[in-house]
Amino acid sequence: MAEIITDIISKYNYWAFLILLLMGLHAMISKNNLVKKVLGMSIFQSAIILFYVSIGEKKGATIPILAHGHGTEQVHQTAAQMVAGFVNPLPHVLMLTAIVVGVSTLGVALALIQKIYRVHGTIEEDEILENIKE
Amino acid sequence: MITDQLPILILAVPLLTSFAITIFARKSPILAFSLLLAAIGTSFACSVGVLRQLLETGATIHYHVGNWQPPYGIELVIDHLNAMVLVIVSGAALLTAVYSRHTVPAEVPDRFPGEKIPERATNYYTLYALLITGLLGIVATGDAFNLYVLLEISALSSYALLSLGRGRAYFATFKYLIMGTIGACFYLLGVGYLYIKTGSLNMADLKGLLASSILLDSQTVKIAFILIIVGIWIKMAFFPLHGWLPNAYTFASDTTSCLVAPLMTKVSVYMMIRLMFSVFSVHYIFEVLGFQDMVVWLAAAAILFGSVSALGQTNMKRMLTYIIVAEVGYMVGGTWLGNSNGLTGATYHILSDAMMTLCLFMAVGAVIYKTGDSSRESMRGIFRKMPVTAVVFLIGAFAMIGIPPTCGFFSKWYLVSGALEAGHWGFAAALLISSLINAIIFFRIIEIGYFPDFDAPAAASGDHGHGAAVMAEVPLTMLLPMVLTALSLIAIGVYSNEIITGLVSRTIPAGLL
Repeated sequence: MAEIITDIISKYNYWAFLILLLMGLHAMISKNNLVKKVLGMSIFQSAIILFYVSIGEKKGATIPILAHGHGTEQVHQTAAQMVAGFVNPLPHVLMLTAIVVGVSTLGVALALIQKIYRVHGTIEEDEILENIKE
Repeated sequence: MITDQLPILILAVPLLTSFAITIFARKSPILAFSLLLAAIGTSFACSVGVLRQLLETGATIHYHVGNWQPPYGIELVIDHLNAMVLVIVSGAALLTAVYSRHTVPAEVPDRFPGEKIPERATNYYTLYALLITGLLGIVATGDAFNLYVLLEISALSSYALLSLGRGRAYFATFKYLIMGTIGACFYLLGVGYLYIKTGSLNMADLKGLLASSILLDSQTVKIAFILIIVGIWIKMAFFPLHGWLPNAYTFASDTTSCLVAPLMTKVSVYMMIRLMFSVFSVHYIFEVLGFQDMVVWLAAAAILFGSVSALGQTNMKRMLTYIIVAEVGYMVGGTWLGNSNGLTGATYHILSDAMMTLCLFMAVGAVIYKTGDSSRESMRGIFRKMPVTAVVFLIGAFAMIGIPPTCGFFSKWYLVSGALEAGHWGFAAALLISSLINAIIFFRIIEIGYFPDFDAPAAASGDHGHGAAVMAEVPLTMLLPMVLTALSLIAIGVYSNEIITGLVSRTIPAGLL
């Protein structure tokens, strides 16, 4: 039991990401209200963004900006030491793109919901389906 | 030299044109149309140029975007497989662009009668250019994350295009958006898992790293593979993840169906083949992972489900969308058979299926353009009224059934012989049953087309009021691409030997028997 708990605590970022991911997926699939579906979609995408950001993190590391990189002061560290002191910036950069994708998907989804409301007069899925059958 | 820059021009020209259309051609649909045509034409010319370059030298083309060296920079990698798919995508897009000259003005502003808004048509062309950029990018890129971005570019523009349809289009597109986002996010998550294990996103680099024996047994890599492949299956509407496709494509406007239906699923199949063999390896997929058999059975189920559902449809567009679901089964099954005949069939089928789907959707679109009706009955008397369209439809139908001079026969031939070689009788049987069902479906329509006068012609010809014998063919801009597509079906079939030995056989990864 204690092992499982330490296991969970040592990998808490993955657990948090997983719970958010499943929450989002659940909302996307089972919610009846279209806006709630879209909210689920947003949570789902954010979970993946958090997952990526967390894998770039290192203990005791700082933001990857090289201090005095252009100055005359000498850098007294080897490349390996320097790399150990910085978080991995690549996942963060990737997620900038993913955030943009997420925002545009959200925008298109909300625009579609607006159009659905104009056509069917409701944003509840079961009522739309009834409306279509008539 | 300019020829060295061809790979990036394929993508850059339609991308920049989409901005140019929005900025300079907002008020003028004609200008927007010309810009689009020029851009896609350039893209097609560049694709053909790259293909020729590849056939002459035989060496894979690597293009480092911005001269950043891989694995850090983004790389465009063009080998025989994606050179072929690039030509298909840009060629089909070019034909559809010509076809759209008369259909887009009829479809897009129509929905606000009395109020003409030119921006609506130009927006359509902007989205068109963006969609093609995304699809060409997916095909050309050699970077796994870049592929995700381009996948979403094409998906977002396709959501917008598909929603510009009739009736239930908005709701159907919304469902597609939700499913498509799940698919793309699964793919992204899978790439993330691979990144944790390897620290790389470049496909060639990933392949080298994943070949190490430590990673071969890794659970994380296995989960990554499953997430990626399921994500792609959602995007390509592989049974049982196909639920979004029929509605989304049926209620879309006809030009959008012509554009999206042949290309999106085929590009997803390309993506699957690329990731299976250029990121993972033949050894990993067919020997380390154990679910090859299950996938081929699923593909057989997809073929049967798609064909039987198509048999029950009276709306012709809806019928074609179910045939797409079946065709996706052909290609996924062929790829997962795990032998070179199966993969040859699947790869060749990307080419032939793209063209035959395009051909059929164009012919049906032309009938809808004239009659305003998408039911099977709108085909009544078609051979008298619209002889060229009818012949185009006939050739497309022959290809879909698999009658020898057309390309459909040869892909089926390879797929069936691959299935028999693998001892997978279920898949072979599904292929043959689907051909028979296709024959029933299409001959029923052709019969309706031949006999106009027998039962109640007045009710059948309905509101167009020309009388059955009057010729009423669609404009030349629609006829020309249709005829070219139909001819290409025969040409691809007649030159199948050259295409397969010169192009397709070189895409078979080493290690596949």
